Amino acid sequence: MSRLSPRVEAILFQLGAFVLALGFTTLILLMAGAPPLEAYKQIILGSFGSTVKLADVLVVFVPLLLTTAGVLITFSAGLWNIGVEGQVTLGAIFTTWMLRLLQDTSLPPWLIIILGVIAGMVGGALWAMLAGALKTFGGVNEIFGGLGLNFVATALTLWLIFGPWKRPGVGSMSGTEPFPENLWLPQLPGLRLSLYALALALLAIVVVYVLLQRTYLGLRFKAVGGNLKAALLLGLPTWQYMLLAFGLCGALAGLAGVIQVEGVYHRLIPSISSGYGFLGLLVAMLIRYRALWAAPVALFFAALNIGGIQLPIVLKLDSTLSGVLQGSLVLFVLLVEGARQRLMEKRAQAARVTVNQ
Amino acid sequence: MEVKLEGITKSFGALKANDGITLEIPAGTIQGILGENGAGKSTLMKILSGYFRADGGRITLGGTDVTIKSPSDAIAHGVGMLHQDPLDFPTMSTAENFLVGGSGGLRLDRRAAKAALREYAGELGFSLLPEAPVDGLTIGERQQLEMVRLLSLGARVLILDEPTTGISAPQKARLFETLKLLAERGHTIIFVSHKLEEVEEICHRAAVLRHGRLVGRAESPYDVDGLVRLMFGKAVTPGPARIIPHGHSALTLDSVSIETARARIEDFNLEVKAGETIGLAGMEGSGQDLLLKACAGLIRTVAGRLQLNGIDMTGKPYRSFREKRVAYVPASRLEEGLIPTMSLTDHFLLSHHERGVFVDWAKGRKDAQAHIDDFNIKGSPATAVESLSGGNQQRALLALLRTPLALLLLEQPTRGLDVESTIYIWSKLKDRCMEGAAILFLSSDLDEVLQYSDRIIVFFNGHFSTPLTAAETTVEQLGNLIGGRGV
Repeated sequence: MSRLSPRVEAILFQLGAFVLALGFTTLILLMAGAPPLEAYKQIILGSFGSTVKLADVLVVFVPLLLTTAGVLITFSAGLWNIGVEGQVTLGAIFTTWMLRLLQDTSLPPWLIIILGVIAGMVGGALWAMLAGALKTFGGVNEIFGGLGLNFVATALTLWLIFGPWKRPGVGSMSGTEPFPENLWLPQLPGLRLSLYALALALLAIVVVYVLLQRTYLGLRFKAVGGNLKAALLLGLPTWQYMLLAFGLCGALAGLAGVIQVEGVYHRLIPSISSGYGFLGLLVAMLIRYRALWAAPVALFFAALNIGGIQLPIVLKLDSTLSGVLQGSLVLFVLLVEGARQRLMEKRAQAARVTVNQ
Repeated sequence: MEVKLEGITKSFGALKANDGITLEIPAGTIQGILGENGAGKSTLMKILSGYFRADGGRITLGGTDVTIKSPSDAIAHGVGMLHQDPLDFPTMSTAENFLVGGSGGLRLDRRAAKAALREYAGELGFSLLPEAPVDGLTIGERQQLEMVRLLSLGARVLILDEPTTGISAPQKARLFETLKLLAERGHTIIFVSHKLEEVEEICHRAAVLRHGRLVGRAESPYDVDGLVRLMFGKAVTPGPARIIPHGHSALTLDSVSIETARARIEDFNLEVKAGETIGLAGMEGSGQDLLLKACAGLIRTVAGRLQLNGIDMTGKPYRSFREKRVAYVPASRLEEGLIPTMSLTDHFLLSHHERGVFVDWAKGRKDAQAHIDDFNIKGSPATAVESLSGGNQQRALLALLRTPLALLLLEQPTRGLDVESTIYIWSKLKDRCMEGAAILFLSSDLDEVLQYSDRIIVFFNGHFSTPLTAAETTVEQLGNLIGGRGV
């Protein structure tokens, strides 16, 4: 019997996972009494139906790609950085802080914008390294540390919005006072999309790809993630590399926060991270940590997010349907990959037995 | 209860951990199981106690054929195992631990449990307080608790895996008394150990495993040298001994003391010349492993001075030792030495990298291929090290060593390897000596120690012999020293 090449086989398995996820979502739609085909059609129309919608998809795509790029680094170093949400938030807070500090000075606006970018990246990096320091020096698992810091970051945002940074008069859930337009990232006319933001995100994923595939730093991250003891014996300062991975991831997450503030909302709002941290983790798991796939899959997820908005209006369905599809997709891909590896192990074992006989 | 094992076979991948083991243990016997680490003792015991399923073979308990599917299944058949590290729940109380695994409904009858615990413990001469939290108990007390628990669940066959590790002398005496008592009552005791003197003291009979096979059986009183021979023997066809000049002093240890929670070494003195090979022998965990780690800066010395090529390195971290061209090759290759999922190319790049930011993959692959050819590794540059065989992993570890080296520290350099690989690896190591490296290695293979060392130091329970000249030492002498006679 001739066998498919492993590469083709892997792709077939992944396609199978996609079909399963689609089937699962369809089942849920049927149970909810909604027409599945119509729902999918609305999602597609809602995301790619017009220039405005396409631009909206890209507005979501930018921070999602940035958080994905960030967690690819921590994942390669074997770290479960669950605190990306908080890192996005701290990026947004630091940027807001910098812009508030400088907006009434005579500095040129472009310089203030750039200083805001740097502040946000530093803020995200510091927040991430805090989780890293808790792990290396305090023995707190990064999952718990990151999760805890997420809550702290949310609380910090609310305190700032309703306290020190509240709008003149009353604080409100709509956030802080918007910044003057000259401190916004330049946007395309009539659209919410900033090409600068898009360029930054694409640059980030390229840098991360090169970092992981072509540099010694990336190789060392993988060594630390693959076997801490062996990495130590190979002479790598392991905890320093872990902190560095956290810092780099945090800087990229912080940049996502920067763009939310400077390019999308033009102020600090309560849920500024919008779940991009967790969604980025999902994308990274879905592409199984291969940076090359980050952009297309993040784009697909962004499209699902935007396309879902249409559902409540047209079909009286909740927009979280996109989340169901995204979640089930990740679960099925991981499930199918697990099954494929077991199959390969079995084959290898069978092959060994044949050789031995 | 009588235990009969017939043709027990178990493989892990390509490794045959148990290869057709047949053993009969009559009721009321204390049976010793001897063998070095990796000989297959634990696998065999885990099969009997339900943690592993055998690939083949038959188990008969008290005359009936049984299939043991799980640890709870084993208990139901009357087989209980005490693990080396007690498998208890530290945050719970002694009485609660005693209750875990017992049958019963939803309701916990603490009072009855405490009464039962007191009764069983009293009968065996243990003093266990039901309310005491388990994380405050000593290893010995936790072992007693586990024993009481297994017996209360109806265990008639008790397996003890290295039970004397980490317990005090009075606890050990108490344990041995208890085991004798249980044997008199018809319990079958299986005592797994690599400590000969203990087997000698308490076991009615002993079986020796090596490389997954049962290689010998003996009854008390034992011919101890014969047992040592059975445990360690590996017929290596010696290659011609090479004459390697010894140079300046590479490593000097001055009244060095090392202390860990497990063991301590005091006032150790040694001078090793460049080109010299020192073999460290002894039962596992007698202190030789600590010495090796201390020479690599992996554990701190608590007293004394350590010099490398005349430079004081006392208290320096591993990275400083590495900069001074010290290499350490651990025994557990995949756990400590290699990064399982990464390729051979990745490893060579990581190990040999000096400066530069970007990886030159083409050059890296070429470099890896050169090392693969040089060390005769069966694999390609892209092969993940986890899919290499043990022998090839060891070759890879040695290929990863940088050049030149001042001091090479090796744990079990040829454990699990066939004769051909052993000879090959030693020829490569001796090449290093020719280049001026000093070697310190520990091995449980006495032939290997005698064959390749210039001098030998034997460790016994933290004590150590004076360095012996290998050429004037015999296996029998080493065996005596290892067993604690004459150190």
